[in-house]
Amino acid sequence: MYLTKHLNMSQSKNRLYFLLALLAMYLLLTVATVFAQDATDTEYRPFPGIGSRNAAWIAAQLHLLFGSFILGVPMFAVVIEFVGMKTKDKRYDKMAQEFIKLCMGAFSTTALMGGVLVFILIWCYPKVMNKLSGIFGPSMIFYVILFFGETFTLYLYSYGWDRMQGRVSKMWHLFLGVLLNVFGTAIMFVSNAWLTYQTSPAIMGPKPAHEAIPLHDESGAFIGTLWQAINNYTWMPVNIHRLIGNIAFGGAIVGAYAAFRFLAAKTQEDRAHYDWMGYTGNFIALCGLIPLPFAGYWLGREIYMFNQTMGINMMGSLFSWLFIIQAVMIGVLFIGANYYLWSGMTRIAGGEVYARFRPYMIAIIVLSVAIWMTPRTLIVTPTELAAMGGPNHPLVGLFGLMTAKNTVVNLIILTTFLSFLFYRRSGKTPTVTWRKAGNIIIAVTFGLAVAAIVTIGIVGFKVNTDFRVNVLTPIQVLVALAVMIVVTVIDLIMYRKAMRSSEINWGQMTDRSQYVLILLAITFTSLMGLMGYARSGLREAWHIFGVMPDTSPDAHTPLLADAVNMIAVIIVIFFALVGFIFWLGLWGDKKKEGEPPVEAEASAGDD
Amino acid sequence: MQKLSLFTKCLIIFVVLWLFLRFFIGGVWSVPLPVSVISMYLGLILLAILVHVSVEDDRFREFLRPIKETLADDNRRTRCTVLFVLIPLVMLGLTFSEMSTKADPPAALRTAHPAPPDELTYREKVIGPTQQVENPFRHLEKDDKEAFKAHVENGRRVYYQNCFYCHGDDLDGEGHFAHGFNPPPANFQDPGIIPNFQESFFFWRISKGGPGLPPAATPWDSAMPVWEDHLTEEEIWDVILFLSEYTGYRPRTFGEAAH
Repeated sequence: MYLTKHLNMSQSKNRLYFLLALLAMYLLLTVATVFAQDATDTEYRPFPGIGSRNAAWIAAQLHLLFGSFILGVPMFAVVIEFVGMKTKDKRYDKMAQEFIKLCMGAFSTTALMGGVLVFILIWCYPKVMNKLSGIFGPSMIFYVILFFGETFTLYLYSYGWDRMQGRVSKMWHLFLGVLLNVFGTAIMFVSNAWLTYQTSPAIMGPKPAHEAIPLHDESGAFIGTLWQAINNYTWMPVNIHRLIGNIAFGGAIVGAYAAFRFLAAKTQEDRAHYDWMGYTGNFIALCGLIPLPFAGYWLGREIYMFNQTMGINMMGSLFSWLFIIQAVMIGVLFIGANYYLWSGMTRIAGGEVYARFRPYMIAIIVLSVAIWMTPRTLIVTPTELAAMGGPNHPLVGLFGLMTAKNTVVNLIILTTFLSFLFYRRSGKTPTVTWRKAGNIIIAVTFGLAVAAIVTIGIVGFKVNTDFRVNVLTPIQVLVALAVMIVVTVIDLIMYRKAMRSSEINWGQMTDRSQYVLILLAITFTSLMGLMGYARSGLREAWHIFGVMPDTSPDAHTPLLADAVNMIAVIIVIFFALVGFIFWLGLWGDKKKEGEPPVEAEASAGDD
Repeated sequence: MQKLSLFTKCLIIFVVLWLFLRFFIGGVWSVPLPVSVISMYLGLILLAILVHVSVEDDRFREFLRPIKETLADDNRRTRCTVLFVLIPLVMLGLTFSEMSTKADPPAALRTAHPAPPDELTYREKVIGPTQQVENPFRHLEKDDKEAFKAHVENGRRVYYQNCFYCHGDDLDGEGHFAHGFNPPPANFQDPGIIPNFQESFFFWRISKGGPGLPPAATPWDSAMPVWEDHLTEEEIWDVILFLSEYTGYRPRTFGEAAH
């Protein structure tokens, strides 16, 4: 019996080796042609198997995803550490440290992916890299200096955590955290200059028209300065969009990590800790998610102003369906984030008083998402087209216009803010004498704001686009922001000395809510992939828009279906790598549990 | 009377909302909604229901109770059997109706707005960068009202001599020939048409017509003639002024906020 089993196993092993050998031979044969020719003077060199563009796409997107994570996490880790120091609550310190440990795990992978990307670009696109490095050379040296700064600051910040716990040394440690963020943000700004330059190689002209002033002459020769190339038309909008996006993405990924640890937890203590961490991750993701549409709107506006053709291609033509997918994804994010908050209220005795508002809030969010998702040109059969009398439905066709979409985005944001307000209030009773008046003021503020946002939205259908884009939409955004600020201030004062009727029962969350956290992380990742495709694809068949044409075999814009497939592959690879990092965290902790307690660990936290 | 279970209530809400979309919104209130839109909205309604019932454990258990009872309770064996026969039959019917050959071509993803070229031309003459070219007669609106009115009147003449057969006498895309086209001609009364584009965009669309549409985001399927073969440059600018004056919508400009 044993012998038969053994023989079967060795047979299947042999078969496996044989298959692997075949695969290796196939790969060798595929790449052999690439290495067999002299390619020193060629414009493009093909990447074996999957093609140059796909290779660069995968490496760039993975680098960006990891980069976003390692830039986002230190931003809130240092804030959480500061909160821990101020409140003298060691749990915050421990959580911030755990976040940075995750960051350390992802840091080397980010650098690795960056290296892979550079090699692929130099190998496959030598002429493009020659042109870009010719313009941006000095900034690349600056990038390397910043990278050194970031690496060593991260090492000091992470490895010095337990040692730098004294009063003065903690301040120095926080300073390191701030410095780490300065280096990280500067690195991102520098590399953003290279890629935004490829999209918009021009600077902004004077007011009022803000005409794009090209940085190249008719022959394609660069005629600007390095600073002009860096400060190109879309550089700052992309910087701000990515900065906020990093916070949201970092929060979502640590939320997913916490969910993973929550689901794998064996003790109530662990469940409580990771429930709290998941809540914090979701809160951070929400803080990033709420201003993100505004930053995206600014970026879109700048793209339109840089080049109308590019703008129309983005929102009305070539990539317009992508934005419908984006609306679906953002809808999932907001519904998921709210679901998590509502689930969280069930672990607080007293939270149930707000449950009666939930159906209405769900209705508002879902109705708003429905309007946001409705395309301008509907998917119709010829019979339906004839029945409608045109490609735009007289009623729901209006939902496809930006004024409708901007209106509902603001309503979704305000409803999400209200969910958070209810969550914060759960289990607390205000003791101030003016609590009734305070609640009335808050309710009236919300009511007036909603009325104003909807009215502006309706007016937006009738006014000229310039007025809508430059006046009405910013007013809608300001109204939403003002409500959030005013209500937060009133609420903070009202609940400052509130009576706590019950504690939060950390750990008493449904498993469903944890899967929602994981879903949020996957949705964020998908969104970044899709929007990356749009940002890059907008150049169409140009390496540098209007200056350097793409004459490679990959010059065509991939179909949306092909792009989605590619992004799906990238997401699978990313989560496989992230899963490995998560598992390392679990594995390391398991190992620690088996060891006798170390003095240094006792000082790290009281959890 | 027996109290309705949460599951039944949710089912009733779902069906009522489907009827509302299908027959009230897409019938009594307005023209029928396409299947793609109804499906999308129903998906969201289903999601909303699931969110509502699954936030709290007790409610979720209550929601699932009839399903569990139907599957596991001996007293509900008849109901279970009927459902186990009915559900596959419904699926079979749906699959058959989806897969069977129909005379109607399938629904297609279309994009409505082609992106113009960087350079605006009239016949072979280069006018300038599309984004920067302005209607040469627009300034008369402020500088010489009579002259502006004359250009609008000329635009009206051009429109009713050439365009109204397809785009309609009220500029709503309901011309005599409109129903012979798929997709139908543009409806200028729609708030999403004129305000979203610059006058140079309309100049490009009118002068180059269907054959001048870009290779990206095809198929465009436009029967619009190449009007630069029949109209002068001035006539095209004038007809654009007329479109704006008649509908009350101003074409998009970039830069200054208020007008």
